Amino acid sequence: MIKFNNGILKTILYVILIIYSLTIFYPIFLMIITSLKGNKEIFTRPYNLPQSFNLGGYIQLFKISNYLIYFRNSIIVTITSLLIILFLSSLISYVLAKYKFTGSRFLYFYFIAGLIIPIKLGTIGIMREMITLKLFDTLYALIIVYVAMGIPFGVFILTDFIRLVPEELSNSARIDGCSEPKIFFKIIFPLIRPALAAVAIINFIPIWNDFWFPLNLIRTDSVKTIPLATAILFGQYETNYGLIFSVLATASLPVIIFYLILSRQFVKGLSSGALKG
Amino acid sequence: MTGAYRKKRNYFILLFLAGGFIIYTAFLVAPLLHAIFYSFRGGPGIVPREFVGFQNYIQLFTQNPYKERFFGAFGNTVKFFLIVTFFQNFIGFFIAILVTRRFRGNTFFRRISFLPTTLSVIVAGFLFTLILNPVWGIFDKFLEVIGLGFLVRPWLGTPSIALVVIAIVTSWQYLGTSIIFYTAGIDAIDSEVLEAAKIDGAGPLAEIRYIIFPSIIPIIGIVTILIFIGDFTQFDIVYAMTGSYANPQYGTDLFGSLFYRSAFFPTGRGGYGMGMGATIATVIFFIVTIGVLILLFTFRMRGLGRKKEEIE
Repeated sequence: MIKFNNGILKTILYVILIIYSLTIFYPIFLMIITSLKGNKEIFTRPYNLPQSFNLGGYIQLFKISNYLIYFRNSIIVTITSLLIILFLSSLISYVLAKYKFTGSRFLYFYFIAGLIIPIKLGTIGIMREMITLKLFDTLYALIIVYVAMGIPFGVFILTDFIRLVPEELSNSARIDGCSEPKIFFKIIFPLIRPALAAVAIINFIPIWNDFWFPLNLIRTDSVKTIPLATAILFGQYETNYGLIFSVLATASLPVIIFYLILSRQFVKGLSSGALKG
Repeated sequence: MTGAYRKKRNYFILLFLAGGFIIYTAFLVAPLLHAIFYSFRGGPGIVPREFVGFQNYIQLFTQNPYKERFFGAFGNTVKFFLIVTFFQNFIGFFIAILVTRRFRGNTFFRRISFLPTTLSVIVAGFLFTLILNPVWGIFDKFLEVIGLGFLVRPWLGTPSIALVVIAIVTSWQYLGTSIIFYTAGIDAIDSEVLEAAKIDGAGPLAEIRYIIFPSIIPIIGIVTILIFIGDFTQFDIVYAMTGSYANPQYGTDLFGSLFYRSAFFPTGRGGYGMGMGATIATVIFFIVTIGVLILLFTFRMRGLGRKKEEIE
């Protein structure tokens, strides 16, 4: 790897990267400081730090909306979907990685094909299925769709990972009289934890932030997730700046904080995803 | 292998595959087949029952308003894709090169590059709409302060500019993904190869040209394919920044927003009914599939060519 011994080059490097970081931070920073200003101050002193912490926008937001419910819904949907994705795709991957049977190769490609299928285009069909199953306008509808969406990537990552688990481990367990499901749960599952983490991390952001499916599958206020609620509140109160910035900040701060805490794991998970492709 | 064992084994394979297979098939594969099926149907009512052959397709490609909207959205989507690809690949690659150098703080820059991606597209879209709007006008004021006031214009009100603006906001959001992908690729390069190149007297540019670039071609392929699939069904950014009608004058209409209106809006407000909605979905699906195959083929071929050279 090249080392920059040259001071000028190093300075240029820092200048470019600092400018780049400013383009990232400034809009987010602006959103947060503006959310802490009063309606008047937003217009009179747009660039300055807030004179005092004005939580008016946030208080109003929690008064006019069921924000805690939206938050709870987003958490339920995301966590349930991720757990089911991990469970189902590791089962599939285990079978596809360790057993040869007629059509196993085909099945692998069948699941992988989902990586390039834009699921949005099937929304009319999904909507009708959900209506038939009486799941339309419920959190179950979202969870099912996200699971279907997450399986291809899960299988893609986990199959290769499970292949690397030495066969001797399962064989010796088999000799000890371990049943096949038991081998999976007792031996394989704990060994593939890093890959499971990568799958969860890569699926987390798109599920948490998804707007398309709530928009089309959810109608009732009490089952809205954060992105849908954000869009609806934004449409209703577009001119109430004090409130609107609080809406945007409330929607993004939990994920930003979550990311900042786990950024190392995120980058690791994403990198392993990139190299697998 | 005994028969009983085999039977038990098959039973267990079936059990392990069943759950995932059913959900994946019923809610990802079947809905697409459903779209293809209904693209050949027409007639009155919400659910079109009459078989009409290729009538929907013919209408879509030859009759207005379908034709106008479809080709408008197609052109915009291609432009949008090209702008986003340019930003994410060129700037992403450039910054990835920078953050893989050895210097204090390189991991910090890597990590924060992904920060915008954690925001929902809706939030990013609304935020930039506010920053760019003339009422609050914070961006316009900024331009005036630095002496570029003559550049001020209705950013989201002019068709040709609005499309570029939403493409830049999308790139702002997802640049981090390509940076992380490229850094992963660069980090994976064998350090011995780089050392050897250095001993042979290769400068930084030669290193990028002959070692880094060729070895991350597959990752450029993945990034481009991901952008391609995302952009050809992109909807959120249009909804957040220029509305479902893709203002101004459908100037920012993308395939995603066209599909949304045509399939889910009532007729008269931009809806074309379920049959035509399904037809548009099918056509987009077809375009995405062909595009992905072309991209896969292109990047694979180059990768194979490289391997061949190495052997020779």
